[in-house]
Amino acid sequence: MTVVFKKTKGLTDVQTHYCPGCTHGIVHRLVAEALEELGVLDETIGVAPVGCSVLAYNYFNCDMHEAAHGRAPAVATGIKRVRPENFVFTYQGDGDLASIGTAEIVHAAHRGEKISTIFINNAIYGMTGGQMAPTTLVGQKATTAPYGRDEKHCGKPIRIAEMLATIDGAKFVERVTVTSPAHVRKAKKAIKECFQVQLEGKGFGIVEVLSTCPTNWGLTPIEALKWLEDNMIPYYPLGNFKRPEEVE
Amino acid sequence: MTKVLMRGNEAIGAAAIEAGCKYFFGYPITPQSELPEYMARELPKIGGIFLQAESEIAAINMVYGASGAGARVMTSSSSPGISLKQEGISYIAGAELPCLIVNIMRGGPGLGSIQPSQTDYFQATRGGGNGDYRVVVLAPSNIQELVDLVIEGFDIADQYRNPVMILGDGMIGQMMEPVEFKKPKPRDLPKKDWATTGTKGKRKPNIINSLYLEAEELEEHNKKLQAKYQAIKENEVKVESYNIENADVVIAAYGTTARIAKTAISQLEKEGYKVGLIRPITLWPYPYDEFEKINDKCKGILTVEMNTGQMVDDVKIAVKGKYPVHFYGRTGGMVPTPGEIVEKVKEIYGGEI
Repeated sequence: MTVVFKKTKGLTDVQTHYCPGCTHGIVHRLVAEALEELGVLDETIGVAPVGCSVLAYNYFNCDMHEAAHGRAPAVATGIKRVRPENFVFTYQGDGDLASIGTAEIVHAAHRGEKISTIFINNAIYGMTGGQMAPTTLVGQKATTAPYGRDEKHCGKPIRIAEMLATIDGAKFVERVTVTSPAHVRKAKKAIKECFQVQLEGKGFGIVEVLSTCPTNWGLTPIEALKWLEDNMIPYYPLGNFKRPEEVE
Repeated sequence: MTKVLMRGNEAIGAAAIEAGCKYFFGYPITPQSELPEYMARELPKIGGIFLQAESEIAAINMVYGASGAGARVMTSSSSPGISLKQEGISYIAGAELPCLIVNIMRGGPGLGSIQPSQTDYFQATRGGGNGDYRVVVLAPSNIQELVDLVIEGFDIADQYRNPVMILGDGMIGQMMEPVEFKKPKPRDLPKKDWATTGTKGKRKPNIINSLYLEAEELEEHNKKLQAKYQAIKENEVKVESYNIENADVVIAAYGTTARIAKTAISQLEKEGYKVGLIRPITLWPYPYDEFEKINDKCKGILTVEMNTGQMVDDVKIAVKGKYPVHFYGRTGGMVPTPGEIVEKVKEIYGGEI
C-alpha cells in the first residue's frame, strides 16, 4: 500500500495541551516537518519559552532547553556559541518575545546570531488568561484592557517583523499565518527558508506567525480564524520583509 | 612553577582558563571589569568565546544555554549586576547545571558605590532568586586562594551540577599578589550525558528544564535538590581557624576582613591577648561545626564584616548561645582598620560590651 501521509518524526507522540482551535499545533507540525525534511532533527537544539508553548519541550522530538520568560534568544545564543555545528531555534509567543524579551530578541538579531526564531503572535497573553499583550490591537478587549486597548494610554501594538527587519544582523524576516491550507503551505515554505539561512551560516532569521486564541478572544475556532484575517492581517501585513539576496 | 604577579580580577580569568573554561558571557560593571576585559583578550587566543551581552540578565541566560550544551562556562559581575542575574541563577540551580559566577562585591543597596563591601552575604548564601535552592559560595581572602578556588570551583560545579559563586570584593579584585596555578585534587566528575548536544539519532532527546507542573513532581525534585545540598554540606565545607582552642576572644571574618583581622590578632598577641580566628572559606555550606572547637572559657565572638552584620546570624547559629556574639562592621566602602578591630576586642576583654 502506498503511504500518502505519515506523522513527522519531528514530533513526539505526546498529546498537546493546546485549546481547541489554537494554531500552535499546526505551527509545531510545520516546524517539526521542516526540521525533518532539512535533515537536521538529530542535530537540533530547541529553546522553549514561557507562555502557552511552555511545554514545547515535550512535543518536539529533539534536544530541548526551557528558558525563562523572554530569555530564549539569550539561552539560544549560549547554546549556539558552544555548538555552532548544531541547529538552534527558539519558539516564542508575543508576551515572551514582544514584551519581556524585547532586549534579548533585538540583540540576538543585532549580533546576527545564527539562530532561528518562530514567533507566535496571537495578540493576547494566552497562558495567564487573556491579559493585554504589546501586540493586542487598538480597541481589542483583554482582561487588563477591559475597555479595549487605548493607544493614548499604552500605545499602539508593536510590529515585531517590521522592527527586526531594520536590523542588519537579521537576514530573514517574514510574517505568515496558518488560517487556510494555502497560508499553511506558505508558512511552511517561510519556515524552511528561514532555517536554511541558519544552515548556510548567514545570520539571524525569524518567522512571525499570526495565530489564534479562541479561548481568550471568546470566539469559536472558525470565528477566530475569521477575526484574525479581518482584524490582525490589516495591521500586521503578511509577507517577506527580508531575505538574503542569495536565497531570493 | 614560578609565581606571577597578578591583579585579582585578572587572576580569576587566568585561573578559569587554566580550569578549562572557554566561554565567558558578561556585562561590564565596576569594580570587576578587568575580568571581562581579560577574557575578551585571552579567550579568542585559545579558540574560546567571550561575548559581551546586552545586559546581565542576557549574560546569565547565555551561561544557562552554554552550560546546558555541556560547556565549562562562567560569568562575572558586581553587586547590582548580580541582582539582575538572580533570575538566571535560580533557573540554573533548578535545572541542575554547573557554572561559575563571580561576584566582586561593591556597596549597596541600589547603585550604592564602587568601593569594596561584603553586603551581598545574605543574597549569596540564602539565594536571591526564587525557590529553595543553594549556590556553593567560596570566599577567598588572598589572590592565591582566589586562583585555587576558581579552579576548584569549576570541579565542584561539575561534580554536583550546581552553580558555584566566588564571592570577593573590590579589594580582592583590585589588589595584586604573586600567584601560581596548581591543579586541584582530582575529583570523580560525572559525564555530561544530560547535555543538549543534538541526539545524533542515537539517544532520546535531552531536556534541560526546571518546570514541574505537578505538585508531587516538584516536591520530588526539591527533595532531590535538598539531598544534593546535604551531600555538599557534608563534603565541601572549607574553613581556616587559628588558635580557637586557647583564645579568650574569637574573631569570625571572611575574605578581605579576615586578612585585616589577622593583622589585628598579631598586634593583640604582642600585647599578650589570646585571640583566635575562624575564617569561613565556604560561606555556604557554612562551617558551623568549627565553632564547637572554641574553648569553653572564651569570653565572646567578634564578627567583623564590611556590612551591618549579615554573617552574625550564621555565627549565632554556630555558637548556639554558648558565647555572646558581638559585631563590628563598616559600610559604604569603608574598610575596617586593624586598630578598630583591636579596640573592639579589648572592649570584649574588658567586659565593656
